[in-house]
This record gives sequence, structure tokens and C-alpha cells, in this order.
Amino acid sequence: MSSTATPPREGTRQGSQDRHGIGQDAPRPDGTPKVSGRFAFSSDLWADGMVWGATVRSPHPRARILSVDTTEALRIPGVHCVLTHEDVPGQKTFGLEVADQPVLAIDEVRYQGEAVAVIAAENPETARRAVAAVRVEYEPLVPVVDPVQAMLPTAQRVHPSGDIVRHFKLRRGDELASAPVVVTGEYTVGMQDQAFLGPESGLAVPAEDGGVDLQVATQWLHVDRRQVAAALGLPEQKVRLTLAGVGGAFGAREDVSLQIHLCLLALRTGRPVKMVYSREESFFGHVHRHPARLKYVHGAERDGRLVFVRAEMVFDGGAYMSSTRAVIGNAGTLGVGPYVVPNVCVDAYGLYTNNPPCGAMRGFGAVQACFAYEAQMDRLAAELGIDPVYLRMRNAMEQGSLMPTGQVVDSPAPVAELLRLVREAPMPSAPAEGLWPGGVANTTHGEGVLRGTGYAVGFKNVGFSEGYDDYTTVRVALAAGPDGPVATVHCAACELGQGLVTVEAQIARSELGVGDVVVETADTRVGSAGSSSASRQTYMTAGAIKEACAQVRSELLARAASTLGAPIDGMHWGEGEILGPGGAAITLSELVAAGPVDKTVEWRHRPTQEVDPETGQGNAHVQYSFAAHRAVVDVDTELGLVKVVQIDTAQDVGKAMNPSAVVGQIHGGTTQGLGLALMEEIQVENGMVKNPSFTDYLIPTILDVPPMKVQVLELADPHAPYGVRGVGEAPTISSTPAIVAAVRAATGRALTHVPLRPEDIVGLGAKRPARPVKKAR
Amino acid sequence: MQLRLTVNSAPYEADDVWEGESLLFVLRERLGLWGSKNACEQGECGSCSVLMDGQLVCSCLVAAGQAQDRHIVTVEGLGEEGRLSPVQEAFLAAGAVQCGFCTPGLVVATQDLLRHNPAPTDLQIREALAGNLCRCTGYEKILDAVRAAAGMAEI
Repeated sequence: MSSTATPPREGTRQGSQDRHGIGQDAPRPDGTPKVSGRFAFSSDLWADGMVWGATVRSPHPRARILSVDTTEALRIPGVHCVLTHEDVPGQKTFGLEVADQPVLAIDEVRYQGEAVAVIAAENPETARRAVAAVRVEYEPLVPVVDPVQAMLPTAQRVHPSGDIVRHFKLRRGDELASAPVVVTGEYTVGMQDQAFLGPESGLAVPAEDGGVDLQVATQWLHVDRRQVAAALGLPEQKVRLTLAGVGGAFGAREDVSLQIHLCLLALRTGRPVKMVYSREESFFGHVHRHPARLKYVHGAERDGRLVFVRAEMVFDGGAYMSSTRAVIGNAGTLGVGPYVVPNVCVDAYGLYTNNPPCGAMRGFGAVQACFAYEAQMDRLAAELGIDPVYLRMRNAMEQGSLMPTGQVVDSPAPVAELLRLVREAPMPSAPAEGLWPGGVANTTHGEGVLRGTGYAVGFKNVGFSEGYDDYTTVRVALAAGPDGPVATVHCAACELGQGLVTVEAQIARSELGVGDVVVETADTRVGSAGSSSASRQTYMTAGAIKEACAQVRSELLARAASTLGAPIDGMHWGEGEILGPGGAAITLSELVAAGPVDKTVEWRHRPTQEVDPETGQGNAHVQYSFAAHRAVVDVDTELGLVKVVQIDTAQDVGKAMNPSAVVGQIHGGTTQGLGLALMEEIQVENGMVKNPSFTDYLIPTILDVPPMKVQVLELADPHAPYGVRGVGEAPTISSTPAIVAAVRAATGRALTHVPLRPEDIVGLGAKRPARPVKKAR
Repeated sequence: MQLRLTVNSAPYEADDVWEGESLLFVLRERLGLWGSKNACEQGECGSCSVLMDGQLVCSCLVAAGQAQDRHIVTVEGLGEEGRLSPVQEAFLAAGAVQCGFCTPGLVVATQDLLRHNPAPTDLQIREALAGNLCRCTGYEKILDAVRAAAGMAEI
């Protein structure tokens, strides 16, 4: 049966003329299919005899399920099956870290949109009608929607085990330290959506061995497979996953969405089953960025030196755990920012509520904290009457500094340098016609418009932290081809759009000196590559490919020594050949003619430690990634509209493996931070999502985004392969606070919530003086 | 209903088309032209942009019946066999492609812009492409691509 399905995407072959190695702007191997519409995304899959899946979802944020009646739905011609939790043959719950979420709701639903039943039908329209025909009788219950309330011992419970997912405690230095200058603040961050464009989708095909083949867009094939196999009650080798084309991810594809449902339906119907979420369903189908409430107290000497930071953070995890534990660990360990602070006291909480489940999104706990601590730094600078950039530089972490966890920062940490770079970048001029706040709506020609400039710097841990055994598996082979040796790289690491497949080939070219490289499609025929998340995949895959290539080279040297009859230590690596003593040489083609060299390695970054549960002390992180932003904004103070005029970024990337792709990551990350600053929030009222569409949940358009200048530093991390530093997340972290700081500078308003709302900006109280912008004409 | 239409200069027929189907659904699920994308299906993202009798439309908002006897150009119809169009080449060269889900719609919209305005200003580019969402690139390299394509002949 699988022979009739859309064949899994072929590996991307990169021509023998392509000599782009690491550090060069190698073109994307998937670029031509993508611009010509021929790249198969997960929503473009098709198989003979295919039927369509659809999901019955809860309309209530919290309710007891009294009954589920599928009779009427099953009577509709073309409906193949309706499955409930009773049809889940294996483990009935799943989860990224803890299996706390029912595959299909059992006796209670805990958030609006929770899956209750799944359906397979001949076509999407029949499936939609069958969804409407499933009769679920609910007894609505009062939802727990306030995470602060969820902490109270008397609160209603979302889960019987208790609703504190994690309480992270960090204690360093003197808990009661005092300082001559103290500022306090309370900040809130709204629930942001990853809003990738390619909807959740996939195709499951039942196999003759009783297993299933699943093509799906995901960030981590093997963690999906673990959860799918457990739910199906199958051994993992009978669940085979292949990465389908991924239309963006940004964290939202780290958790299982439709993977288990698709496989259940395929095994029940004996037919290939396709599912594609609509945009509305996508808002309910994946986790979001945690909304958070953060209280900070900063104390400093009069010269600006930080004496203490105390913080209490409450993150709303929603109905199920997802990655909340790790998000809280990041918020807690990174919570004072890239600064040296001798006395730190942090309490960070992740809570269960009946709100939408929250988990991974680009920046992962660091985003919320940075919005708050950077606002505090500006507040402190104002209180001290000193320049906010100077204050940051005065306290900037550098190589050799101690984190609040006690961990030594043992690679470059150019915090002050990044701030200097963005401050010295050229400033924009007055806006051109048509670029005022309100844009093409022509709501102002400069009247009521004030300009402001803001700065922020932030950082993010790279890789999985707190003792996680994190590894990437890669197979590298060198074999004879018609035009010379061909290298093959096979790895389960997921290409999401970031350009991993390009970099994989660049590394193989540089290490093996061959132009012809095939990057196989990611699948579960090789071991786990870990997640394409946490800014880790280029770092990890680079380490793994480098090591595998070294093993390939060792074997080739041994073969050459044997062929040339000379000792192996007399062999040298040349251009497409191996040189022996006395001018002897043998080409790679000759060496692999006898058979391919094929090496698989499992590569780990240096180990990290769990932190002490009472003090948060420990070597929790592998590496840090730093970025700084300067934002210049024009604010229409009458309408509360903001136009970002220019945003400049400086970031240290250790080594730019593909400089063009690095800049692309920084542009995209900065823009998602702009979205959080100005427009993006999932509105949840009493557990109900009010805006699950691109009409009501706005993401930045090309009119919202200003020119973005990027300065890239390459200060090698001596502990990382090629010195590389994870790139993807850092630019998302500091762009939000920089933009809000600029709006504060323009308006004098405190602005403690993101996204900023027009009503927060207008009706201003005491204004600080800001320089009005000269009219353009 | 039976639907007849021309797509990328080739005639197509589809039988038993349900009245509620969109042109996007017909293109993708009935004609196997997967290049037009389905990111929102409510006219907000522009991923499904096609030309209908030379006019730029969101194919998700065009009912199948409205496409009867019309001429449709999709992303697959740009360029020639084995050769990319200048707009497609420019998107590649500028690094304007990441995940690529928005790319077909942006390529079609850019083609339409440059046909009407061969030398657009940055503001005109931004206005013309404001209906096409991209979540990966921040649009900076897309602007680069459109500026570069505007400099080429034979759009």
C-alpha cells in the first residue's frame, strides 16, 4: 500500500560543481523547488485510496464529559470511523516531558479545543459534517483561569496532583542585601502564537507488518515516534516517520498535535489518512508562548553598579505540561539578564490552568524575562539619572563572569560590545511620506507624532540544559559515483526553513573535500538528532558531521596506507586525493572503488548539570547566545499607533556557517519580537480564545517592518564545533524590549504590558519631554 | 457541477465539483497543482495568490464556479520548462526563501507588481506585498529580491 503514496521527498543532491564550504553563502538545495511551487510540504501529500481525518474539539475550557454519541456521525455516507479514547490501544496519554495529556479526552476536557474524538471520511467536507454530527454531552465546570489563583492551596484543581508544575528557586549572595537606589516594577507578557504559515498536516499509511508509516512536519521525529508508538501499543520500529516539508515551526511543532490521531485512523481504516488543520484549528492545535506576570526589584549603587535583583515570575502553562518545566528553568536561570549581579533571589513558577496549553516558542522563557529586566534597567537608569546604555555596559557580563547560577561564562560574552555597535549605527532621518504611524491609512502627516529611541540586550542558552542527555546521530558515507566520489549525509535533524540542509552539505564538503553531496531526507532510519529547537541544531549537527567525517577520513587514510604499502602516519590529505611518502598518491575515487566508507556517530555537547532545587546553583547551560537591539519609533500619540522606523541588531554568532542564512535568522527573529511588542496576543477570556484567525491575530506584514541593519560578530566559542554559537533565538529576545523602550522614550508612558495597545499609549499622564519629529514637508 | 478552466495555458476539466469548493481546493486537490498554498484560507495571508484573467486574487476566496472558463496562472506557470522566471531567480539569489510556504504567493504577487510597475519604489513594493504574510524572513531579503527583479528585463 505504501507504494501508492506520495514518495517521501528525495534527498537533496547538491551538484559536483558546488564548492561552497562552511563560512560561505551556499545556496539552498531546496530553493528551486520552493520558488517554483514544486516543494512538497506536509499539506501537499497524497496517496491512492486516501481518506481524510478531522477532529472533534471541546467548546468548553473545562467540562465533564457525560457521554459521546457517534451514531449519527457514523450514519453519514462516506464516514469510515469515529474514534474516542476507548479506541486508543496503548498508553492513553502523551506529552513531551510527562504524559499528562489524553490522546483523546477521557472524562474531562481541560481547555477549549481539546481533542475529544477523531474521524476518517472520504473527503474533507464529509469529515467536517461528521464532526458536527458527533454528540458530546458536557457538564461545564468553572475553569481555573488565573495562574496566581491556581497557586493557592484552596484553589480548584486542574489536575488532581496539584497545579504547580515547577517552582524554580535561585538564591545567590545575600537575600536581604540593600542598596541606595531601588526600583520596582511589575510587567505582563501576552500569549504569543508561533503562527507558522504551513498548517499542521501529515499522511499516515498503514503498513503490511501491522505498523504505520507517517510523513509529518515536525521539529523532532524521534520524540514524536516515542509518543506515537506508546499510544498505539506498538514497538518503536513499527512506527516509521519521515519528515515532510515543514512550513515554519518556531517551537509549535515540538509537541505532538495530529501525529497520534493520524496513525490511529490509518490503522483502524486500513487506508492512508491525511489531515490538514485549518488556520482556526491550528490556533487550538499547538501550544503557545507562556503569558507571564513578572515582578522585579532592582537595587544599585549610585554609580550604577547592580547590588541585587529580586524577581518573582508566574508563567501560565495552561492545561497540560508540554515543556513548561524547561521554560521555567530558562526564565529563572536567565532572569536577571546578561549582567553581573552579586545578590540574586528568583522565584519562577509554572502553573496549570484551564487556559490553552503553553510550551515552546522561539526564545523559550528568556523572552518574557528580558522584557521585564530590560524595562527595569531603563527605570533604574532614569532613577539614577544616567544613560541607559552606559548603565547596561557598566554591569555587562563578560567572559569569566559568574552567572547567578554560579556557572562561569567560559566563552566570549561581548555584551558591552554589542551595545556599542548598535548605539554607533547611523540613525534614521525623518520619515518619508507615507511612512508615518498608521501607514497607508494616512491617519497623520506628522501631527501628534513623537519619536523615541530604545535599547535592549538579551541572551539565551543554546541547547538543552539542566543535565539533559542531548545528542545528535549522523551517518556520513563516501561512495563511488559516476563523476567521482559522492558523500551522503543522513541525519534525522529537521529542516524547518532555517537552512540546516544547506549547512549539512557545506560541512561535508569542507571536511571531505568533495563537491557532490547528498543530504538524505530526515527520517527514523537513523538515530535521533534531537530537536530542531533551543538554537541547537546547527551546533549539534555540525559537531556530529564533523566527527563522522573525521572517522571517514581516518578510514580512507588507513586504506591509502594499505594500498600504498606505507605507514599510516606518512599519509596526508590532499585535494581529492591522499598523498603518501615519495610523491605517491591515490585518489578518493580509487579508495572508495572497493566499497563505500560508512560511519555513524552519536555526538554530545559537553554535559550540563541539574541545578540545586533550593538555590538554583549549578552548571546548567552549554552555551549562551547574545544579541542587542536599538529601535527607533514614531508614535502617533493621539491614535496610539506606532511605526518602527528602524531597528538595528548586533549579534555574536561565534562562526557564521552560512552568513546569508544567519542574517535571515536575525531578520526573522527580530520581526517576531516586533510582533510581540506591537500586535501579537492570543486574547483569552475566561478560558476562551477570542481571536483564532489571521484576521484577528495580527502578525507583522511588510508594511509593519522597518529597514533592519544587522551587524554580526564572530567570536569563536572554543568549546563548540567550528566555534559556532546558536543563532535562531537571541534576536527574538531583545527586539521586543528595545521597541517598547523606544515607545516609552517617545511618550513617557510606563507601558508594562506587551503587546502594546493603542489604549495604553493614548490618554497619557505625565509625559517626559521627547523631541518632536520635524515634519517631512 | 462540471468545471472547465485553463490553468497555465492548459485546459482542465473537473467533474462533480461541489459548489462550496474554492478555486484553491480545485487547484490543489483536483488538479494536483500543489504550488498554491493553504495557510489561512480566508484571504489574509496571500499564500494562495494566483492570476485570474490577469488579475491577482486569493484563490481561497474564489468559488470554484467563478473560475468557469477563466484563465488561471499559478506559480507553476511562471518561468519555462526547466528555467526559472527572473522573479523566481531573484528570490533565490537574495536569500528570500526560508521555509518557503509564503514563497509561491509572493512570487506571483511580485510578478503582478512588476508587470504593472516595472520600477517600484520601496513604499510601492511594501504596499503591493502587504497582503502576503511571511513568518520567517522579516521581509528584508524579500525586498532585496523584488528590487533586484525590478532591474531585470523580460518580467
